[in-house]
Amino acid sequence: MAKLSRFFASRWGIITAGAVVGILAPILQKLGNPGNMGICVACFERDIAGALGLHRAAVVQYLRPEIPGFILGALIAALICGEFRPRSGSAPIVRFFLGVFAMIGALVFLGCPWRALLRLAGGDWNAIPALLGLAAGIAIGVWFLKQGYNLGRSHKASAVTGWIMPAFAVVLLLFRIFRLQFSEGGAIFSESGPGSMYAPLLVSLAVGLVIGFLAQRTRLCTMGAVRDVILMRDTHLFGGVAAIVVLAFLTNLLLGQFHPGFAGQPVAHIHHLWNFGGMVLAGLAFALAGGCPGRQLFLAGEGDGDAGVFVLGMITGAGFAHNFALASSPAGPGAFGPAAVIVGLVVCMAIGFAAREKA
Amino acid sequence: MATTVDARGLSCPQPVIMSRQALEKGGFPIEVLVETVTSRENVRRMAEKAGFKVRVEQMGDEFKLTITE
Repeated sequence: MAKLSRFFASRWGIITAGAVVGILAPILQKLGNPGNMGICVACFERDIAGALGLHRAAVVQYLRPEIPGFILGALIAALICGEFRPRSGSAPIVRFFLGVFAMIGALVFLGCPWRALLRLAGGDWNAIPALLGLAAGIAIGVWFLKQGYNLGRSHKASAVTGWIMPAFAVVLLLFRIFRLQFSEGGAIFSESGPGSMYAPLLVSLAVGLVIGFLAQRTRLCTMGAVRDVILMRDTHLFGGVAAIVVLAFLTNLLLGQFHPGFAGQPVAHIHHLWNFGGMVLAGLAFALAGGCPGRQLFLAGEGDGDAGVFVLGMITGAGFAHNFALASSPAGPGAFGPAAVIVGLVVCMAIGFAAREKA
Repeated sequence: MATTVDARGLSCPQPVIMSRQALEKGGFPIEVLVETVTSRENVRRMAEKAGFKVRVEQMGDEFKLTITE
């Protein structure tokens, strides 16, 4: 076990985790998930928000099993390796709103950092301005870190703090498995659009568990990858990101899913400014919160209650994004999307300035 | 004179940033206290990459890293 742990902590460990994501995501797409969306943490949490009725965009409502899979896979890895540590108390309410704005930014682009990488690997060149925006947002976050930005210490917490997000994940899975309906309400499943496209339940869940396990062991994080390069020229995590792109590109080629171009890409729009701007906001929010959406799920699985709050913020943000016409559609940004990005940047910068620790 | 960096409860990159600042100031050995395995790995990787020696002790469910030249 110790030997395996050392492997996972090594450069080849993180590259392996990235490679597994890069291979499995296009396979999930082949098996039914939406185009260039084999895995997308932001989109899938948005679909879950829809399935729970937190927004009423009829085309994006589905209880994606990958998300509970990520949490539970990380939980299993953390339990096996003695790393399950219930903890909380590092500015959870701030993290909630960082999650809200991270989701709003991601839905202006239409994807989390993982999907940006997968879109690039599928030939969707609109991912290029988005990834530049992500890097720019993270660079702003690094500037705040250098100014002493710090959300404060978390503290050891009782077991219930650590178990509540895994329990929530199990409830979501049960809702999906039994397609629970409560009279008029209950879980809602899209009949058309991306929400109606999904890989078989057990495959999605299994992929979620495997990736959750590997990502917990290797600390795979797209935001951290860029942050560490900017902050301290450390390319360790970046190996995982590079592996996602390379392996997803090769897998897409093999499966006939590589279609290069800007126009007509699945669940995407071609407004470069807002593909860029949405991800500046998302990147800044991830950097201030200390992890990309995937990493927040894995942290939630290993007992980090604050990361769990960020996840709930993202799910809430998806409700705002679709209820208030902030989210983009293939036609372009929503009516109030650009304004929301600017408001979000102002709020996140204010948080960045306010949470500087005086030396 | 020995230096202590208390990074318990902080999540990365804070423990790494604080340790790096301590390394720049000098004052060895530098003791870094962290709570998570992730922080332990990150601080160790940073210090070893910069050419320092790192010894890790587990203290209850915390870790003490002793960084020497």
